[in-house]
Amino acid sequence: MFKILINKKIAPAIYKMELEAPFVAQKAMAGQFVMVRIDENGERIPLTIAGRGEKTIAIVYQTVGVTTQRLTEKKAGEYLLDVVGPLGHATDVKKIGTVCCIGGGVGIAELYPVVKAYSEAGNRVIVIIGARNKELVIFKDELKKTSHEMFITTDDGTEGEKGFVSDALKRLMAKGEKIDLVYAVGPAVMMKVVSDLTKPAGIMTMVSLNTVLVDGTGMCGSCRIEVGEETKFACVDGPEFDGHKVNFNELMVRQGLFKEQEKHACKIKGVLQG
Amino acid sequence: MKKQAPAERIKNFKEVAFGMSQEEALKEASRCLVCKDARCSAKCPVEIDIPRFINAIKNKEFDDAIKTIKEKNNLPGVCGRVCPQEDRCEGACILNKKGNPINIGALERFAADWGLKNASRVTRHASRTKGTKVAVIGSGPAGLTCAGDIAKLGYIVTVFEALHAEGGVLVYGIPEFRLPKNIVKKEVEYLESLGVVFKGNFIVGKTITLKELFEQGYKAVFIGTGAGLPNFMNISGENLNRVYSSNELLTRVNLMKAYLFPEYDTPINIGKKIAVVGGGNTAMDSARVCLRLGAEKVYIVYRRSEKEMPARKEEIENTKEEGIEFMTLALPKKILGDGKGFVKGVECIKMELGEPDSSGRRRPIPVPCSEFILDADTVIMAVGQSPNPVFLRATPELKTGKWDKIEIDNETQSTNIQGVYAGGDATSGDDTVIAAMGSGKRAARAIDNYLKNRL
Repeated sequence: MFKILINKKIAPAIYKMELEAPFVAQKAMAGQFVMVRIDENGERIPLTIAGRGEKTIAIVYQTVGVTTQRLTEKKAGEYLLDVVGPLGHATDVKKIGTVCCIGGGVGIAELYPVVKAYSEAGNRVIVIIGARNKELVIFKDELKKTSHEMFITTDDGTEGEKGFVSDALKRLMAKGEKIDLVYAVGPAVMMKVVSDLTKPAGIMTMVSLNTVLVDGTGMCGSCRIEVGEETKFACVDGPEFDGHKVNFNELMVRQGLFKEQEKHACKIKGVLQG
Repeated sequence: MKKQAPAERIKNFKEVAFGMSQEEALKEASRCLVCKDARCSAKCPVEIDIPRFINAIKNKEFDDAIKTIKEKNNLPGVCGRVCPQEDRCEGACILNKKGNPINIGALERFAADWGLKNASRVTRHASRTKGTKVAVIGSGPAGLTCAGDIAKLGYIVTVFEALHAEGGVLVYGIPEFRLPKNIVKKEVEYLESLGVVFKGNFIVGKTITLKELFEQGYKAVFIGTGAGLPNFMNISGENLNRVYSSNELLTRVNLMKAYLFPEYDTPINIGKKIAVVGGGNTAMDSARVCLRLGAEKVYIVYRRSEKEMPARKEEIENTKEEGIEFMTLALPKKILGDGKGFVKGVECIKMELGEPDSSGRRRPIPVPCSEFILDADTVIMAVGQSPNPVFLRATPELKTGKWDKIEIDNETQSTNIQGVYAGGDATSGDDTVIAAMGSGKRAARAIDNYLKNRL
């Protein structure tokens, strides 16, 4: 049992939860995730670790289906039945020069520990974050503090520049900014567009994939994805991969496998899908 | 033994075999010759005194029967259901010479179920080496056996389990209709009564390392991390939607109870025509699970003939009875997509059998120009698995061999690291529950010897 300390809405349909998970907290590094199960009837879902304290971890989630909706109903002082981790490889953080960290949507929260780690390792870190609108721009202050330069884009132009993260990246590249590494986390289509931009420019690009997982420990193969003509398992080989080698089309199709089931469950349980 | 009728059982996930009634058990036990140098016991990997427990049943001393079994076997309810006795004790039974061996498996199940119903308890053995801590990694059949035996010897045992439930393959792999999860739960509770402590949601290699276990005062460690990454065939179309590893299908359905979706939150998405690739017990389990999930047509696609199938005879029979079609001597060459990322069919090629290969089975050879398309919208790959990589990658000092199997001494199960032992599928690759249990038992004995010499 894992005690919930905080569970609050930080943006429309986006929540931040802080949990007591001392063993996970001791080991958690940037880029890793936990598998969470709410209760006996719950499914196991992966959530990236967005922060950690001495005995606590933070997770940020968006309500997209039954499980994430059920998570919002949990109050501080209540418990989650299962939390296991930290899983997946940690981000390979080294001093390499200038790192451009790009986050989209709820992926912005997942970007935060990575930005912090690259900054602490002595890199110049440029952050680009994007969301549909102003209200969905999360972690703005935290990211501003831990980066050297930051750009915000929104689809409707209510905050920062109107457009997508890829537009901001394009401009940086056109300006002749020397970028040694791009790190992107967010919707698959965003990571695809970013990778397509950096590939011809020869900029190394790491992406953090959000595949469907069941156990998260290398057992079920649900998270398999073609990377460089080889099938990889995101849970144990990733979740970060070379964005230039990932088959994003396959990723997007595989992410949709349970769409109908999810819709059905949401309907039955009266959950509005975000 | 009575079974649910096929037409009925394919509509539910309840246990197929009902188990023996007391009358049936008494009658079966009375056939036993109670041999002195019993061949059956000699073939039992967990060394059960089989004639003694059968004799106890014969005398209606059921509590003695289950206690006799539990002296050696910590999981009688499991073994009474899934152990391939025909290859072990029953195969060795002297009455098998006439083709009519004692149904030892059913008698074991009878005694185990009697024990569960009547709350038979074995009291904890006297503590001899108080204070010595032993860690077991993984709560599958190897780990549970090792943990139980070590606890019986008086050590303090903690079992670390990565998943949220104990039992390993017994809970995620073997379906409810073959091994009810409640049986596994009861056997785990029995181990707890022996003093074994279980720590779930604890993945050694991630949450804690092997080195840290020793730093925390564990004096010996048993690795029973099991089979992990599912194998695929490396053919085109394998990442299409509705291609599942048997591990994923079974984990969703057994561990996560997807068959009760949406009451349980975990979904499964299968179509109406299912091709299950493989010929082992896992393939049979997968096929039967799909049928119960509402599939209209289920095929077992296997590259050799039925004779070479590694599955238990009993399971092959059950599978056939349920109307699953065996498409033997066929090998999938590619999985065809519908243009939207989902499976539309499987291109297969016909095979014929040639000379025996290294496994002693006749090697399947493709028949030229015999390709055909199997109409299927779902494919389940049940073609084996390799050891779980999480622990191995975090523990590079541990010596592994071919296919990442942990290298061990076959007698003691010891690894290249002092005080570290291993067993089950992490060392063998892909074997039976009882083989894993045998390795756990050997390791427990070796750990006791090791600790006695050190203390």
